[in-house]
Amino acid sequence: MLKAEEISVTFGKKPVLSGVEFQAVPGQITSIVGHNGSGKTTLLRALTGDISFEGRVFLNDENITKKPAWELASLRAVLPQATPLAFPFTVIEVVRLGLMAGVNAENANLAVRALKQVGLLGYENRFYQELSGGEQQRVQLARVLCQVWEPVLDGVPRWLFLDEPVASLDILHQLMVMQIAKSFASKGGGVIMVMHDLNLTAQFSDRVYMMKSGTVVGAGSPEEVFTDSQLSLAYSCQIDRSGPSVSTILHPAHIVVNAM
Amino acid sequence: MTTVADIDISVAPPVVIDRSQKARRLMGVLCVGLILMGAFSLTQGAAGTSALRVLGQMINGQDVALRDQVVLFDIRLPRLMMGILVGGSLAVTGALMQGLFRNPLADPGLVGVSAGAGLGAISAIVLVGALPLGVAEFFGYYLVPFAAFFGGWISTYVLYRVATRRGQTSVATMLLAGIALGALAAAVSGVLIYQADDTQLRDLTFWGMGSLAGATWTKVFSAAPIILLALAGAPFLAKGLNGLALGEAAAGHMGINVQRVKNLTVVSVAAATGAAVAVSGGIGFIGIVVPHLLRLAVGPDHRYLLPNAALLGGILLVGADMISRTIIAPAELPIGIITAVLGAPVFLWILLQRRSVVDM
Repeated sequence: MLKAEEISVTFGKKPVLSGVEFQAVPGQITSIVGHNGSGKTTLLRALTGDISFEGRVFLNDENITKKPAWELASLRAVLPQATPLAFPFTVIEVVRLGLMAGVNAENANLAVRALKQVGLLGYENRFYQELSGGEQQRVQLARVLCQVWEPVLDGVPRWLFLDEPVASLDILHQLMVMQIAKSFASKGGGVIMVMHDLNLTAQFSDRVYMMKSGTVVGAGSPEEVFTDSQLSLAYSCQIDRSGPSVSTILHPAHIVVNAM
Repeated sequence: MTTVADIDISVAPPVVIDRSQKARRLMGVLCVGLILMGAFSLTQGAAGTSALRVLGQMINGQDVALRDQVVLFDIRLPRLMMGILVGGSLAVTGALMQGLFRNPLADPGLVGVSAGAGLGAISAIVLVGALPLGVAEFFGYYLVPFAAFFGGWISTYVLYRVATRRGQTSVATMLLAGIALGALAAAVSGVLIYQADDTQLRDLTFWGMGSLAGATWTKVFSAAPIILLALAGAPFLAKGLNGLALGEAAAGHMGINVQRVKNLTVVSVAAATGAAVAVSGGIGFIGIVVPHLLRLAVGPDHRYLLPNAALLGGILLVGADMISRTIIAPAELPIGIITAVLGAPVFLWILLQRRSVVDM
């Protein structure tokens, strides 16, 4: 279980998060949604221990600030929004960096299997810098998957933190990535993701945290959180949920892709 | 046709090009290359002493002329050793700094670290008389290298603090801050040189030209421990620098103690640059060109990049030095001219390649 208590973050004198309570359980996808600048990514970065914050974060019942980086790396992997690279790494070299945390050792075959999962088989020897933004994002997802390949290891659940994992992807790969997250959770791992697409969030999440101006304004199942009044409050605009949505037109079960 | 959920992942792996094997082979080739280049450089020189003849005489137990002995063992050999040490140090510090800044344009010579180290060295030469009693004696021959290390360390640290915000280094800020730091160090160096007496001035002039000409065993032994320590430690930073290529946060997520890698890199860069600058003045472009060529050839994995850079840096500097002392023999061309002629076009080429990426 991941539990965060009383999380507050300030940048300079500006409060970005105020007293946020957050909880996620393994076996589920927990999504964080909210308007631009609502503190979604900051919350994720506090949960991963990237930034200093007030409050406490417990990962599998242990305080993350007391754990060394290498130990945390064996428990959780983090996908950032975008990862530019300055040096000419090939795709396979980037993915293999995910094996560095050591748990999966130098299992080269794992990198290829991860690439296949994100639909990039055949890209191994291409230069990362030459790929499109969406392809780069999927390469990074493959790297992250390599780090925590087994959702549960020795009875201990492991975690995926994904910051807007589908933001730069086309619809096929959005669904592909959400399916990967779903499958990771269904095998006992925990997934926490920051999302903008409310349709995909509703479709795939088990639990949703809705944020506004640095505070949580709604938490629960998508059905509980995504009500007209809550959505209007969080996004400061009228949202009509009665029209056709992507999720009703394109249910993932109806999407077929070529097995590459 | 299958659904996304049941893509089969148990296929035979495709052909993956593994550049690490190529990099390991290159390491062997460069080792041989360094030995050959070193041996060849011993045979070349203004004095016309044949190293082969001397070697033959020694093997046959014949007397070797004192002049030949001096030329070979007191002039060419320490100079060769210094070339290998300084060349290796310049290339490795370049690679380390580029890894730290996540940028192929970072180089101690370019961003003011060498200038800072130079200021340290000049201060030690000029102000040695003003030091408290016993300090100069305590450091002995290591005074100038140590002062250069200190100057290089301060420059690297300030540069990193100025150019890096929230784990991201801005190229523009780094280059501009480097220019400012370099100018400041040069200005203070100028004031010190103005204060120097005639003997010190002579020392400084020869030193500042950037040359291996003054190589003596004393200088080799004063710089070697520092440079060798930094070079030997560099491979331990390789994994961390590979992780840093993805950014500081991502490196931390992969279990790397980012702060420790950064601190050790800064200290290694400052130590090796300081020692190299102290014995040879500022020699440019090796630190940019060598890592760049190696990344093109065998990829950016620091586990192989760093040792290969040490070897190729040594080869290039020994080669450049050989050209500098033979091309207009018996006079010498400053080695900086040779490295600049070889290096500047490569540097410009990198800039052109990266024009779209560099944020300036």
